[in-house]
Amino acid sequence: MMQALKRHLKTWTLWELLLGLKLTLKYFFKPKITVLYPEEKTPLSPRFRGKHALRRYANGEERCIACKLCEAVCPANAITIESEAREDGSRRTTVYDIDLFKCIYCGFCEEACPVDAIVETRVFEYAFEPGQIHVMSKEMLLAHGDKMETQIAADRAADAKYR
Amino acid sequence: MFDALHLFLAQWVPDALASILVILVQAVIVIVPLLLAVAYLTYAERKVIGYMQIRLGPNRVGKYGLLQPIADAVKLLMKEVIIPSQSNVYLFLIAPVLAIAPAIAVWAVVPFDNGMVIADINAGLLYILAIASIGVYGVVVSGWASNSKYAFLGALRSSAQKVSYEIAMGFALVTVIMTAGSMNLTDIVKGQQGGIWAWYWIPLLPMFVVYFVSGVAETNRAPFDVAEGESEIVAGFHVEYSGMTFAVFFLAEYAMMILISFLTAIMFMGGWLSPFEGIPGLDAAFAFVPGLAWLSLKVAFLLFVFLWFRATFPRYRYDQIMRLGWKIFIPLTILWVFVVGAMAYFKVAPWFVHGGVA
Repeated sequence: MMQALKRHLKTWTLWELLLGLKLTLKYFFKPKITVLYPEEKTPLSPRFRGKHALRRYANGEERCIACKLCEAVCPANAITIESEAREDGSRRTTVYDIDLFKCIYCGFCEEACPVDAIVETRVFEYAFEPGQIHVMSKEMLLAHGDKMETQIAADRAADAKYR
Repeated sequence: MFDALHLFLAQWVPDALASILVILVQAVIVIVPLLLAVAYLTYAERKVIGYMQIRLGPNRVGKYGLLQPIADAVKLLMKEVIIPSQSNVYLFLIAPVLAIAPAIAVWAVVPFDNGMVIADINAGLLYILAIASIGVYGVVVSGWASNSKYAFLGALRSSAQKVSYEIAMGFALVTVIMTAGSMNLTDIVKGQQGGIWAWYWIPLLPMFVVYFVSGVAETNRAPFDVAEGESEIVAGFHVEYSGMTFAVFFLAEYAMMILISFLTAIMFMGGWLSPFEGIPGLDAAFAFVPGLAWLSLKVAFLLFVFLWFRATFPRYRYDQIMRLGWKIFIPLTILWVFVVGAMAYFKVAPWFVHGGVA
């Protein structure tokens, strides 16, 4: 009897609906969590996997030794490598292409690399217009690596103890 | 003011033409702010719902996104109006007009302040009921002419829903008419003089709720938006519309929302009357506030409630909507007609002393 009365009272005073309205009103006044993207950015992890780069040693020698492990491990077949012996007898790549349309940014190439040559950087703000070149050549990768080297080195150092 | 304009014009043109010109000016004075209000209501909707979902809402076009509705309008104007090849072209194009014409025509009898009304006619409430009901045709015709099953389903749902809730709405209005003893909207407001406790929302509290909720259902707004039901029938009756024809449907829907808010404010919340009337001190302190400002405040609050509902409640199932309309609202309103009759007979102060049926 009491139960039924209570239930009727709840129904006719629209109690549950008012509770719902109260909840949304509470959130109306809460601070907003929107990140105003171009002006504000969310923090990125040192492990962030963005646009690729090829690194060099401090003396300017390129790290890549054309072992082709990255090419083999790449699940999307995005990497193409051709290699030759240089005049000094060391094996070096002549072609190192990454097709950014094929790449799925899994980071396997980075992990497979024995000399930390191919890395993925924090750069993710890039796009391709129709007809624009979407295959990163060796020169582009090296140039990108030169530009980002301080950041790349810092990220590797930060992550070193977990690897 | 308009009499002076009429006299001034009559010096140059025939009298009849002067009358028509004055009416045109009056129409423009009402319609232009109305369309602006509609534009900014869409902005307010996106902002309010965004805020309730702890987002910011539009904030890119202009300061705080204030130019967003203008950008949207320009976009819709530039877009192509696609006419489905199997549709009935004539009906397809006339449907948006059928939707918006009544939504604008009803404003002729809505008073914005004491005497600030285009046509102060005695059967104002009847006129509003009659004209607002015609809006259903726009929906039905668009659903039929689109030759799309989604549009057709949406139109059927919408028309059934509107027809059902119109009855509850009509009965709710009957109680208002009984309380005020008049169908003239100005007289209805004048009957509520005497501060917030003399407004009709107290003796007619269930009707106030029923009327507003029916209004939400009438305008096909969430949580009664099964006519659009994105997850069920894409967009309902206006799936096939694009560009300006779509925008016109949109305008009609939002103009109806504003109208419902105006009518609720006028009939239950004292229209342009100050809530502090009769309270010593506060009455004089707020005497400088014009009636239009009070009315706008009340309407703004009710519009906020519209958006608040949309942000809060999930969509009703179709049979639940019909159950609410036929099995709860209509019996409740009929019951309240008798309650109001009794209250009017015993002249319950302060609401039933001015006029009333008795």
